[in-house]
Amino acid sequence: MTAPIETTAASAEAQPEAVLAGAGRSQIEGRSLGQIAWTRFKRDKAAMAGGVVVVCLVLMAALSKPIQAIFDLDPNKLNQDLVDPALQAPKGAWGGMSWDHPLGVDPGFGRDLLARVIEGSWVSLLVAVGATLVSVLIGVILGVMAGYYGGWVDSVVSRLMDTFLAFPLLLFAISLSASVQDGFWGLTGLPLRIAVLIFVIGFFAWPYIGRIVRAQTMSLREREFVEASRSLGARGPFIIFRELMPNLVAPILVYATLLIPTNILFEAALSFLGVGIAPPQASWGGMLTDAADRYESDLQYMFVPGLAIFITVLAFNLLGDGLRDALDPRSK
Amino acid sequence: MSDLTKSPDPVEPLLKVDGLVKHFPIKKGVLQRTVGAVQAVDGISFDVRPGETLGVVGESGCGKSTMGRLITRLLEPTGGRVEFEGKDITHLSVGQMRPLRKDVQMIFQDPYSSLNPRHTIGTIVGAPFRLQRVTPEGGVKKSVQELLSLVGLNPEHYNRYPHEFSGGQRQRIGIARALALKPRLVVADEPVSALDVSIQAQVVNLLDDLQDELGLTYVIIAHDLSVIRHVSDRIAVMYLGKIVELSDRQPLYETPMHPYTKALLSAVPVPDPKRRAARTSRILLRGDVPSPISPPSGCRFHTRCWKATTVCKTTEPPLLELAPAHRVACHHPENAQDQQPTDTERLAGAPTQDEVVRTSE
Repeated sequence: MTAPIETTAASAEAQPEAVLAGAGRSQIEGRSLGQIAWTRFKRDKAAMAGGVVVVCLVLMAALSKPIQAIFDLDPNKLNQDLVDPALQAPKGAWGGMSWDHPLGVDPGFGRDLLARVIEGSWVSLLVAVGATLVSVLIGVILGVMAGYYGGWVDSVVSRLMDTFLAFPLLLFAISLSASVQDGFWGLTGLPLRIAVLIFVIGFFAWPYIGRIVRAQTMSLREREFVEASRSLGARGPFIIFRELMPNLVAPILVYATLLIPTNILFEAALSFLGVGIAPPQASWGGMLTDAADRYESDLQYMFVPGLAIFITVLAFNLLGDGLRDALDPRSK
Repeated sequence: MSDLTKSPDPVEPLLKVDGLVKHFPIKKGVLQRTVGAVQAVDGISFDVRPGETLGVVGESGCGKSTMGRLITRLLEPTGGRVEFEGKDITHLSVGQMRPLRKDVQMIFQDPYSSLNPRHTIGTIVGAPFRLQRVTPEGGVKKSVQELLSLVGLNPEHYNRYPHEFSGGQRQRIGIARALALKPRLVVADEPVSALDVSIQAQVVNLLDDLQDELGLTYVIIAHDLSVIRHVSDRIAVMYLGKIVELSDRQPLYETPMHPYTKALLSAVPVPDPKRRAARTSRILLRGDVPSPISPPSGCRFHTRCWKATTVCKTTEPPLLELAPAHRVACHHPENAQDQQPTDTERLAGAPTQDEVVRTSE
């Protein structure tokens, strides 16, 4: 009998908001849970900042080609005249920063770093978001089944999750990426590398979300509204999709947002190890590898992809934390 | 017709329960071997007549909620028989049970957990129509709004979410949902125990009014004897998965026969200090309810009963009609003839009358 107390606490929190929002109006209108979450989210400055940065990043990634065309930024244009061949470093201070190349150029070929960061953003985000979607899809389906049906279904799924979590993921990713040949799945070159990365990362991250969904489903399944639905003659699929799913959306959304930065880092790590995105395609992890080879002559190079990853990961994490606080204030 | 009116039970019962048993297996180890069973409900029989209210009382864990879920077939009985309007529903599958769900509905205990927080009131109260594929006259929305006003809520709150309502209002929403399909039988599992006392009265009176208005039959499960007394026509007292006393309301409260019923009644708080002083004795039961995994032999109450004798430990007392419409399962009932007058040897270790009965607070 703790439920009423908890819920009362939550509605007590919601109360002042209702008064604030309705103060100017003649009548206080009822608000949906989404509206209440949005009110809370707007008050969270860090989460709002994270959200704005994420929106900008997504826009940058989606519009990377038009941006490059408009500002005449070519990630693969070689500017050998800007590189000092003796030092293997860009000419000029701060890694060759200038009005033409605001973030400098890379030490080997003199390619514009701003253009390469923009080019790398869509690769990073595509792999991270794609892998997250794969994990969420597998994790939600198996997690809900394990949690709702219980019994042997739960045993099988839980052992499967243990197996995946015990798998040496990095070794597997390295060997798989190295052994996949052109023409696999009918893909070649960059699309194949991206598909392999999405598959490898997504396929091994699902147990984390699967466990969360399983636990949530198990606790929701015992709530009386599920029993009420059964007492009205509802079938399993109805209960799962109409009764349980609406309650699972919030935790899934939060966890997916927090999984994206992890996957960005993982993609960067794989590219850093040379089994991710292959050169000359720009990627943040690949740029870091490049910079690590030349840190003695051009330390500044390392900061450009490093900061890009840092800002992206931080923004997604702030957004995810903010979403969690806004959607479920009790989980703090 | 004259034949029918003369018989003691002229009306065909709406619900007939015979020897109902529910054991929950306890499984252990990797192989999930069954090592025992929680005997939640262990052979209970009763009838519910159309239009009446049967109250079921008992301590926590005595199996009354399990009983409620068995007669609504949310749980599968281990044994016994449940008949609804003469139709055996004991082992109907989920699919076979579906058409009957219209007629048997349930009101739940916790109004904070019985409404899906992500659905609007309109969706929640309209769910019965959608699930049973019933198209009410004038559409689902109109029917839902009529139901909301029937239970005393503003029909304009159709689009609101459960979190915008108080506990009492939420329970009204749960009642509206249960009544949507005009059921014959409503099983209410602790319908007011999660509510404030002032709100309890409102909800109990609402249930009463709805019964008069719609001709409902109730099975109301509660642990609060005052609530049960207010709403019930007949009352069943449960102890450790068994019915120990089943009687009309008046005789049960005035001349309780089972010692357990007497103890329960003496524990009802009296809110008036003057009347409290006038009350003669209070029976304090010692110890906890024994575990339903291995219930005591014979009469299950013998471990806590001050009247227990040897026979109580060895022989289970049958549920007998010792007064008109008043059944009790006890060898040595109060307010009735002793069933085992020859057996006078007190059970060793049983509490004495002095130990359990206090004359003043």
